[in-house]
Amino acid sequence: MKARIHITLKSGVLDPQGKAVHHALDHLGFQGLKDVRQGKYIEIDLNETDRAKAMEQLDEMCKALLANLVIERYSIDLD
Amino acid sequence: MTHSAPPSNHNDQPPITPQMIKDHGLNKEEYERVLKALGRAPNLTELGIYSVMWSEHCSYKSSRLHLKKLPTTAPWVICGPGENAGVVDIGDGQAAIFKMESHNHPSFIEPYQGAATGVGGILRDVFTMGARPVANMNALRFGAPDHPKTRHLLAGVVAGIGGYGNCVGVPTVGGETNFHPSYNGNILVNAMTVGVAEQDKIFYSAAAGVGNSVVYVGSKTGRDGIHGATMASAEFSEDTEEKRPTVQVGDPFTEKLLIEACLELMATDAIIAIQDMGAAGLTSSSVEMASKGGVGFRLDLSKVPCRESGMTPYEMMLSESQERMLMVLKPGREAEAEAIFHKWELDFAIIGTITDTGRLTLVFEGETVADIPVDSLTEDAPIYDRPHVETAKRASLAADECPPPADYGQALLALMGGPHGASRRWIWEQYDHMVMGDTVQRPGGDAAVVRVHGTNKALAITTDCTPRYVAADPRMGACQAVAEAFRNLSAVGAKPLAITDCLNFGNPERPQIMGQIVGAIEGMAKACRALDMPVVSGNVSLYNETNGTGILPTPAVGAIGLINDASHIATLALKRADDQLILIGETKGHLGASLYLWQFHGQEIGAPPPVDLGAERRNGDFVRSLIESGLIDTVHDLSDGGLAVALCTMALAGHIGVSVDLKALSEAELPPHAALFGEDQGRMLLAVPPDLAPDILARAKKSGVPARIIGQCGGDRIALSGLCDLPLDDLRTAHEGWMPDLMAQNLTAES
Amino acid sequence: MKTAVITFPGSNCDRDMRVAIAAVTGQPPQAVWHGETSLPDVDFIALPGGFSYGDYLRCGAIAARSPIIPALIAAARRGVPILGVCNGFQILTEIGLLPGALMRNAGLNFICRDVHVRVETSQSAFTQTYEKGSVIRLPVAHHDGNYIIAPDDLALLEDRDRIAFRYASAAGEIDAHHGINGSVGNIAGILNEDRTILGMMPHPERMIEPAHGGMDGRPLFEGVLGALANA
Repeated sequence: MKARIHITLKSGVLDPQGKAVHHALDHLGFQGLKDVRQGKYIEIDLNETDRAKAMEQLDEMCKALLANLVIERYSIDLD
Repeated sequence: MTHSAPPSNHNDQPPITPQMIKDHGLNKEEYERVLKALGRAPNLTELGIYSVMWSEHCSYKSSRLHLKKLPTTAPWVICGPGENAGVVDIGDGQAAIFKMESHNHPSFIEPYQGAATGVGGILRDVFTMGARPVANMNALRFGAPDHPKTRHLLAGVVAGIGGYGNCVGVPTVGGETNFHPSYNGNILVNAMTVGVAEQDKIFYSAAAGVGNSVVYVGSKTGRDGIHGATMASAEFSEDTEEKRPTVQVGDPFTEKLLIEACLELMATDAIIAIQDMGAAGLTSSSVEMASKGGVGFRLDLSKVPCRESGMTPYEMMLSESQERMLMVLKPGREAEAEAIFHKWELDFAIIGTITDTGRLTLVFEGETVADIPVDSLTEDAPIYDRPHVETAKRASLAADECPPPADYGQALLALMGGPHGASRRWIWEQYDHMVMGDTVQRPGGDAAVVRVHGTNKALAITTDCTPRYVAADPRMGACQAVAEAFRNLSAVGAKPLAITDCLNFGNPERPQIMGQIVGAIEGMAKACRALDMPVVSGNVSLYNETNGTGILPTPAVGAIGLINDASHIATLALKRADDQLILIGETKGHLGASLYLWQFHGQEIGAPPPVDLGAERRNGDFVRSLIESGLIDTVHDLSDGGLAVALCTMALAGHIGVSVDLKALSEAELPPHAALFGEDQGRMLLAVPPDLAPDILARAKKSGVPARIIGQCGGDRIALSGLCDLPLDDLRTAHEGWMPDLMAQNLTAES
Repeated sequence: MKTAVITFPGSNCDRDMRVAIAAVTGQPPQAVWHGETSLPDVDFIALPGGFSYGDYLRCGAIAARSPIIPALIAAARRGVPILGVCNGFQILTEIGLLPGALMRNAGLNFICRDVHVRVETSQSAFTQTYEKGSVIRLPVAHHDGNYIIAPDDLALLEDRDRIAFRYASAAGEIDAHHGINGSVGNIAGILNEDRTILGMMPHPERMIEPAHGGMDGRPLFEGVLGALANA
């Protein structure tokens, strides 16, 4: 089973890298950008076949390591 | 012997076509040579192996004949060129191990990763030999500051050097950065590493012991940079940028682990030979080790740790994945070594054995996929005496052929606040230059000074080259590069020991370029002999051209010197408000090929300043002796931009103004702009307390060294013979502002 | 006195930290590998700078899940003084022994240079040798020193006098111009509630002898290690 995890900064946390990308896109002539936030994307291939159990496992992984809940939030997509 | 059987065409290796031979950079004669060596046609894997081993990058086929002219020995040289890096004696049973290497082409294609992997590669060259790396330096050349690619390349290269060096925890202590339009399409990234080892723990690459295991350690092999070595030996054209996917990616974290694991294993006596996998990866490392040891290697490629599935023998042999090493261990020591590498979470695999066949035999999934006589790849590699024409001598330029500036104050501001004289702080503040706690002289001095850990000794390190001079006269220009290195080391109080070089030139198949190469090597050899600084390591980077336009010839010199007492060094910052300024060396106002001429008149004409190696040595030895005896602590060498740049640099660094009488510079009165901006060689500027000045002058006289008091320190302005009276604050604003302003401009708009 | 420096894969200021501690105490600290599960019986623990696990995922995140960490937390509960410098500070926030987080510098570049920091409190073993309000000069060398903390937690830090250092001018002014990396309130170092743990981005171990170009880091070690020697 394949999981896709997106980790982004919580809204309100300043994102200097996203800001730089935003700035660069503006200069390249892309108009109408309201905001750019940079995050991480992690793919995990699991042996688990039970969706609920997999989800539980992934949630623990995010809390234990993948995301820093002080500044980040995460979302999990499971195939 | 059963090795004559042709290897099977594993994975249906296609038959060799003329196009494939061409794509592998081999010409007709070279392919004939392959056929002769094998006694049959090669398969694709074998063709690939010949292609990388006979590339300019690995074989030095165009330069080898001339490199022999360089002096490589001295009583203090422990190991000269031919190993991974050069080794010199620094006393107390210790050795300094160092080398400089180019990573030009990869850095142009992908500046961050190109520069980062350049640093990684040179670090491995040094710790492979048993040294803990203690300092990194770099010599960088970019195109015109306003060229659309320059800022993108500069930002990427600096971030890459920092990203790698900072992470592995080796301080990047200095270097040089120049701009010139000839590098617009072909930047130069030359990285240097210096390490320190115990003399009884130096490791070499010659394999020995038939039956011993050949061990692979470090990262896994992926499809990175396949054909990097051949790419580095071909001219750029517009479509080269499509090669992007094959760029190697560096992993400094793994490198750090590899350093610690290797040094831990080296503390035992388990290693017989070790070699890093640099350009041409597994191919060059195994061939070098076998060739040096006069043995054969039988490798089972099925055992190579791979990162990607389905890798072919061709890909494994040509992969340039980073952070890998090949070793030969003493029999029975495998488990001990494996435990160390596993502790550091690194791959460890026995991939073959040493044979007595003198052949490189590769097996994959039970079939022989390549079988090549090792010597045919190394000793029998092609060597060319390429036609060369001597660079035409330029007439020297009289000072009155070159107009003076309308306003001297404005000229100083432009020089110190322009591309050539502006502060490089923006660059070196992105490098951790203090980690390891032994950086005594931080970036910005004549030479970096790094204490030998746990002692009171220090190593001084500098990189030098003035490509303007080399273009004008390769012989004199390369001689000057060595002389300037000697001067920079002497100016901090170090005894120069040896040099490493990066010979960056255009296409050697053009006789004019080959003439530059030959002239530069001969000029360098002459200076190395006269100044007792043998060449102990280095590399050659040719084909630095884009669409037929070559770079300025750039034989970059990296030099190291020894300081016996790190508490007696000199720095360039002025220290006391009433010090007198003493100029060492003769001033003749030589403006040919000068920075002044180039920056203010856009001209690159005239002969470069002549180098008097005898005077250079005398003056350098004299100043060093004053520093060693603790008499003086403030010295700066005069180079690009002459006295003007030296004065401004010393004043800015010390936050103290200067007042100088230009008439005092020489017996015969010189035009002020020639006195101020002339680039006569062999000169240094000292700042000494007034009561000490007469003694210094007397000592100079006794040593046959020209010395004159030309002014004094104090105040907060640069005052020059009534020609200018410039507030130091204005100068600082211009000097510190140029590069941040350049880099703050939007990077993505044009790139 | 017994001290320990924990080394993680990718730590690169561990030797510098050991040298600094040995220079002050006269005794080399024990080097503890991250893979251990217990700490020796020591009076002081330092987490050095560097790039543990290459700064991959987040600075300090993977190191904060090392086998040694439960033992470190237990030592912290017992009140053993802990100093985390640079990557060590990042690890302490990832463990949760110190609040907040350290993000990419506002200017996005790595910064290596001497900075001035103002000592905000002398009420701790680490800072007792400095006068409150005094300005000291220490090197920084980091890419991710941009300190961030929720407003309520920041208020708590301020209320409890737990801010140890702020980036400042040489004269001690705290303003955006001297905030080198975007940290909230120019914060360069903080203490835990019990004032036994200090996390800071500047490197005191790089300013302990004349050859370093300054000695302003030395009193910090003399303070915390001296307090222990006298205890």
